[in-house]
Amino acid sequence: MSKTLFDKVWDSHVVSTIPNGPDILYIDKHLIHEVTSPQAFSSLEERGIPIFRPQQIVATADHNVPTINQHLPIKDALSKKQVEQLKTNCKKHGIELYGLGHPFQGIVHVIGPELGITQPGMTMVCGDSHTSTHGAFGTIAFGIGTSQVAQVFASQSVLMNKPKSMRINVNGKLRPGVQPKDVILYIIAQLGTDSGTGYFAEYAGDVFENMSMEGRMTVCNMSIEMGARGGMIAPDETTFEYVKGKPFAPKGNDFEEKVIYWKSLSTDDDAVFDHEYNFDADEIRPMVTYGTNPGMGIRINDTIPNLQGASFDKSLSYMGFKKGQSLQNLEINHVFIGSCTNSRIEDFRAAAAYIKGKQKAKNIYALIVPGSQQVAKQIVDEGLDKVFTDAGFNLRQPGCSACLAMNEDKIPAGEYCVSTSNRNFEGRQGQGSRTILASPVMAAAAAIAGKIIDPSQY
Amino acid sequence: MEKFTSLNTTAVPLSIENVDTDQIIPARFLKATDRKGFGSNLFRDWRFDKSNEPIPDFILNNPLYGGKILVAGNNFGCGSSREHAAWALADYGFKVIISSFFADIFKGNALNNGLLPIQVSPEILQQLLSTIENNPSTLLTINLEEQILAVSSASIQVNFEINSYKKTCLINGYDDIDYLVSQQSAIEQFESITT
Repeated sequence: MSKTLFDKVWDSHVVSTIPNGPDILYIDKHLIHEVTSPQAFSSLEERGIPIFRPQQIVATADHNVPTINQHLPIKDALSKKQVEQLKTNCKKHGIELYGLGHPFQGIVHVIGPELGITQPGMTMVCGDSHTSTHGAFGTIAFGIGTSQVAQVFASQSVLMNKPKSMRINVNGKLRPGVQPKDVILYIIAQLGTDSGTGYFAEYAGDVFENMSMEGRMTVCNMSIEMGARGGMIAPDETTFEYVKGKPFAPKGNDFEEKVIYWKSLSTDDDAVFDHEYNFDADEIRPMVTYGTNPGMGIRINDTIPNLQGASFDKSLSYMGFKKGQSLQNLEINHVFIGSCTNSRIEDFRAAAAYIKGKQKAKNIYALIVPGSQQVAKQIVDEGLDKVFTDAGFNLRQPGCSACLAMNEDKIPAGEYCVSTSNRNFEGRQGQGSRTILASPVMAAAAAIAGKIIDPSQY
Repeated sequence: MEKFTSLNTTAVPLSIENVDTDQIIPARFLKATDRKGFGSNLFRDWRFDKSNEPIPDFILNNPLYGGKILVAGNNFGCGSSREHAAWALADYGFKVIISSFFADIFKGNALNNGLLPIQVSPEILQQLLSTIENNPSTLLTINLEEQILAVSSASIQVNFEINSYKKTCLINGYDDIDYLVSQQSAIEQFESITT
């Protein structure tokens, strides 16, 4: 029978199936962080259950860490306790931890790929919904709750019903200035924030085939924003080239053998999906969101749609926008370039290319937060740090930062932030904050202009 | 996990769509290392203003409405995987959430905490919301064994879907860890074949 990429990876990881129930799905790699793991450790300890496969778990501290003075003790007592708890738990159970101060520390979905922990054909989970990022490698990767983190601790498996399948094809050539972030924001705006619920997505077509690994990660990262547990792209030469030579990637003959297997993972020509969508690359423009979920996005040259409903009105009123309004020339005060969606070196290169030789506008506070220590180092090695600081941007140390504002990087109530993160929910970036999601180039352009502009026109 | 069999209670109507987990429990409350006490911060920024005064317009602050069931708009629980959202709802006292659609991760998290998500059609959801809004003392009956949701005062009786494995878990108070630990030898065998 013909199989999809998803079928091939899923079926090869099913331990068994409960009659009329879920599958026991074996998990190759389990990533953990300080916020969603402590209760899982304690629930196992309360029941006297050991960690089944500690060597298949990798930990880092990212969600709740400061982005300045990481060498000093954490000031916030609760954050400090949480980060220390992770250290204690990892030590106790023999789990590899890339904590603060470690050269591999960073946002969990940035470090997995850059260290070669993420490999095609794997199953991966993490107590974080943006685990879908790793799908860029042809990996089944999805976010889980803390009870499931405990299940994976106890058995290296999860119980899950096999999701339905959907394929999103984007063909044609992207216009100049259109970035991977714009592609995914466009798809979510077209399909809606709950369109993928119950599904695993595959992204296919010229646009993804021609996209870099980092661009693919940005796309797969936001699969969850249309409700899909995960999104995948078939591994190809671009994937193999990226994985090759990474610290934990297979080496030599092992690598060559793996590549033969990885090549077999693509969806068969006659495989059938439960749902299939087709988009034309030429229709996509730089995108911005205007509402309080990532599905509420428009092309920069369009205006806010005239939709009806109390929830839609509530959302616009929170954002301070009106139906029919354009976001071009909207004055903003904050720019955030970072998060597991857009904090890799290509994101900073793209932003720096726009910023170089310019100055941020006076009304703007601009935050640049690298995704990992390795990305931070690369920023310096390539001289991008000077571009950012000369332009008046605030370059920080790695972490999730203002994407979810668990640390002190918060956007003040009522103020607009053009953000390269993934969620524009009410208060996501701090109580009362108003988030406008966009690509790194759009964010860079907004920082320079002090208002939202179409970067492709300048 | 606490057992769940049946329930007869009033309900709180929350007719907002796409309620995300950041609204259910904002990220700044995720710094705890245990599962307790999240209920006091449930819907924190909809419930309380900046000076921690209750916002009278929000349904949970309306003394007319109460009960162990939350009836909410379409696509409830979207966004983050934080199980703290399910803990907060359960800690506040909810046993059942009714909506016309649930986000996947939230649904799983709820079931893992003995909190029953019941999906109904958009029409039934509207009927439930308006019935409860008009009469806050409306009683809803949930029978998990029979998979029935009934509101006798409004002549509503519908069947709801639940995976038979999860139903057994809820009725008996089992959780997935018990089951998975019992399967360790099968998992070890799987590992020996595939590696």
